[in-house]
Amino acid sequence: MLDDKFDYLLRLGDNALVLSQRLTEWVGKGPALEEDMALANTALDLIGQARLWLGYAGEVEGMGRTEDQLAFLRDAHQFRNLLIVERPNGGYADTLMRQYLFDSWHLLLLEQLTRASDERIAAIAEKAKKEVTYHLRRSADLVVRLGDGNQESHRRMQAALDELWVYTGEMFEVDSVDEILESHGIAGSVSGLRSPWLAQVGRTLAAATLNMPPADAWMQKGGKQGRHGEHLGFLLAEMQFLQRAYPGLQW
Amino acid sequence: MVISEPDGSTVSAPKQPSLDQVWAWLDEIEDPEIPVISIVDLGIVRGVRCLNDAEGSEWVVTITPTYSGCPATHVIARSVIERLAQHGLTRVRLETRIAPPWTTDWMSEEGKRKLRNYGIAPPVGLAAQQSISLVDIGRGARPASVAVPAGLQCPQCGSGEVSLTSQFGSTPCKALYRCNSCLEPFDYFKCH
Repeated sequence: MLDDKFDYLLRLGDNALVLSQRLTEWVGKGPALEEDMALANTALDLIGQARLWLGYAGEVEGMGRTEDQLAFLRDAHQFRNLLIVERPNGGYADTLMRQYLFDSWHLLLLEQLTRASDERIAAIAEKAKKEVTYHLRRSADLVVRLGDGNQESHRRMQAALDELWVYTGEMFEVDSVDEILESHGIAGSVSGLRSPWLAQVGRTLAAATLNMPPADAWMQKGGKQGRHGEHLGFLLAEMQFLQRAYPGLQW
Repeated sequence: MVISEPDGSTVSAPKQPSLDQVWAWLDEIEDPEIPVISIVDLGIVRGVRCLNDAEGSEWVVTITPTYSGCPATHVIARSVIERLAQHGLTRVRLETRIAPPWTTDWMSEEGKRKLRNYGIAPPVGLAAQQSISLVDIGRGARPASVAVPAGLQCPQCGSGEVSLTSQFGSTPCKALYRCNSCLEPFDYFKCH
């Protein structure tokens, strides 16, 4: 049970951490100053959330590992994030579509977790929910504006959606960790988020004049269990460089 | 209270400050990113208590982070320790509490006034009354209320004719707007 809870908290923390790292790759290169700030601010919120989740994960594990050690000293197969968050940034359309697909799921998940029987999980979810509400407000707005923008922006947003869709199924996949946490009332049913998510995303994509790929399409999976694509290793190599080269280094 | 020194003489121990006094000291600590407003005005200090044991008094200050990733949180924690040490309180412990989560609803009226005078539009409305349906952009046209909260005024000229430049600003707690009347850009402290 404790192992499962540890694993579950890693999933929450790693999603936030890996997506945050991806977003910071844009800093200084955003297509407009306002977008640069938005990406950096979103990344900062996610880093803060990752610290809260990973800090708790370290306590649950009981081996004395801090959030920093969990972030910087695990290898790719020990990460439990969804595959969608480790996808390379691509163009701005790809980054925004990834953010929207994740934000819309993330908010539903956090809303569910605010009702968790574990008080700490509920408290972190309550705090994160306020921030993610704001993230979703922006990413949904931009998906509509660019999808329903000009021919070129529409084409790019549709291509990004088609490319990323295959990574959305994993968000609702239930494995033994989910089942055990659900049976203890700690987490809700992640599969139960699927139909509200599809309905909400369907409305946004319709407003954006984008074609939603079929919900029953074949889906990629494995990230939650530590089976990642080739991209995560490169991301970690950059993120973890300092602690690997100079173990224990502090500011 | 009288303390015996090793040489047999006695000195008066510093008088124990009152709870109000400690709050007043904390109210002198500026927010590191918005130096006109104190951490008490911002609602970051959630509680102060004094625990007495055999070794004397221990002061416990409970603070709450604004945004989970806000870098100012560390600076604030350090300032609390330093400020109280200046007043002779050396046994100070900080507790971080995240539930209930920080909200701009806790900001004092005094704090809002100071923000406005500084050129930052204070939060409009109560976060507790914000509807989550604002997010649901997919339902149709984007509601205007997402871009401009009702009642938001330019802190320079007081005009209500303002428009959004960027949902994110120089710090996690702010957004960028511009005034259509006096044409000045300004920061808005987001209702959170």
